[in-house]
Amino acid sequence: MSLTIALTVNGVGHEVALDDPRVTLLDLLRERLDLPGTKKGCDRGQCGACTILLDGRRVNSCLALAISHDGAEIVTIEGLAVDDALHPVQAAFIGCDGFQCGFCTPGQIMSAVGLIQEGHAGDDPERVREGMSGNLCRCGAYAGITDAVIEAQRALGHAGRKHAA
Amino acid sequence: MKTFDYVRPATIAEAIAAATQPGASYLAAGTNLIDLMKGSVLRPDRLVDVTRLPGLDSIDHLDDGAVRIGALVRNADLAYDPAFASRFPSVAEALLSGASAQLRNAATAGGNLLQRTRCAYFYDPASACNKRSPGAGCDAHGGETRSHAILGWSEACIATHPSDFCVPLAALGAIVEIEGAGGRREVPLEALHRLPGQAPDRDTVLEAGELIVGIRLPSEAAAFAPHARYVKVRDRTSYAFAVVSAAAHLRMDGGRIGEARIALGGVAHKPWRAVEAEAALAGAAPGREAYTRAAEAALAAARPSGDNAFKIELARRIIVRSLTLAAAGTPDRMPALPASPFSIPAGVAFHG
Repeated sequence: MSLTIALTVNGVGHEVALDDPRVTLLDLLRERLDLPGTKKGCDRGQCGACTILLDGRRVNSCLALAISHDGAEIVTIEGLAVDDALHPVQAAFIGCDGFQCGFCTPGQIMSAVGLIQEGHAGDDPERVREGMSGNLCRCGAYAGITDAVIEAQRALGHAGRKHAA
Repeated sequence: MKTFDYVRPATIAEAIAAATQPGASYLAAGTNLIDLMKGSVLRPDRLVDVTRLPGLDSIDHLDDGAVRIGALVRNADLAYDPAFASRFPSVAEALLSGASAQLRNAATAGGNLLQRTRCAYFYDPASACNKRSPGAGCDAHGGETRSHAILGWSEACIATHPSDFCVPLAALGAIVEIEGAGGRREVPLEALHRLPGQAPDRDTVLEAGELIVGIRLPSEAAAFAPHARYVKVRDRTSYAFAVVSAAAHLRMDGGRIGEARIALGGVAHKPWRAVEAEAALAGAAPGREAYTRAAEAALAAARPSGDNAFKIELARRIIVRSLTLAAAGTPDRMPALPASPFSIPAGVAFHG
């Protein structure tokens, strides 16, 4: 089997020749496609810093083998802003002090985009905290993160659109 | 990570042929397997990617009232499927109490069944582990054993099975559909996972190359939907494995318990169906006295495998609590913190 895969990343098509089946989506984004916004924290699926949207769903890119995702559509933190206009989730993280050192922030923001699209949390802070529990913040900016998710959701008009089963 | 050959079969038959040879491993989402490979805990020579196999990603409500979950259905898709969650609410609650949203978006139903223990000695290649290296010994004995087994363990292995999903499945009599070189066979979920005995390297009864293709919940399991709960005590409120968990289901018959279905998680090498507790509740009046009797029966054979005697009493209390919550009724909406003991519905005493 050929180890060349096709990916659409932030709307741009790529053909990537993999010289090794061990390459994860995280390493491919950072090392091959020059998109280092997606962060490598634990590299073991525990911290959420590597969160991306894979075919529209938030996942840990450190645990996804690139070879298994031939044909996938990926959105990373670099794909959210339109020219100089920040995505509403990015703007809300700034407005609500949703970060301190910033290392976990790309993963937090991608996870928040996924959570809002999933639509299960509504504007209940406890549901937002539960829905964001896969993203660790060692600075402890959780209160601001929760506020930012709810604020961004309001701005996007998703609040209360759908509830958990 | 050791390198490997990667193959992506187009059919189940091709997949089985490719996975039957020694050193081969199936790959679905990889949320557990890739982690284990990064730590050199597992070193497969060949990965057989099953994610593109046709026909394994749907939830089908069958004519006889059973529901069939394709092995590739993602944990989140199953938990949030309204038709499934309304009929099997404890399964949805268990799924949503496990891992993180990111992992639930990727992890598959079949993969959940086959996830490996989180015993730290299994994960640490420098430690002796009979599960990782048969005959090597077990460094968990005498080590950090707070989270280890209290039921069904052996001298060879005191690890626990970490799945939440499997706990209500065991209680509800789920059937696992398996394809192999010899054709299709079915195994009750309760009989899929093994007790460790002298061969803890074998988690399940699956033979080389056998592939889980689906999980079926029988029609009668839906009769417990009005009184079905999952309760999970963990070291964090979210995103942590169970210290002890319980799935409790009641079918009420007038003012009495017609039938109970109970299973425990985090206590044994397999999801632990508490048949003695179920028998103790059949025909009983619901209430603390009956629940306590059931809890005593469920843990009668329990013994600590180290520094974990507290789990025996904890398991008793979780059984009482899960039965109390189940009797109060399945909530109309999933709790904000699924399965958390901190989610207390109106009308249920905190220490009930």
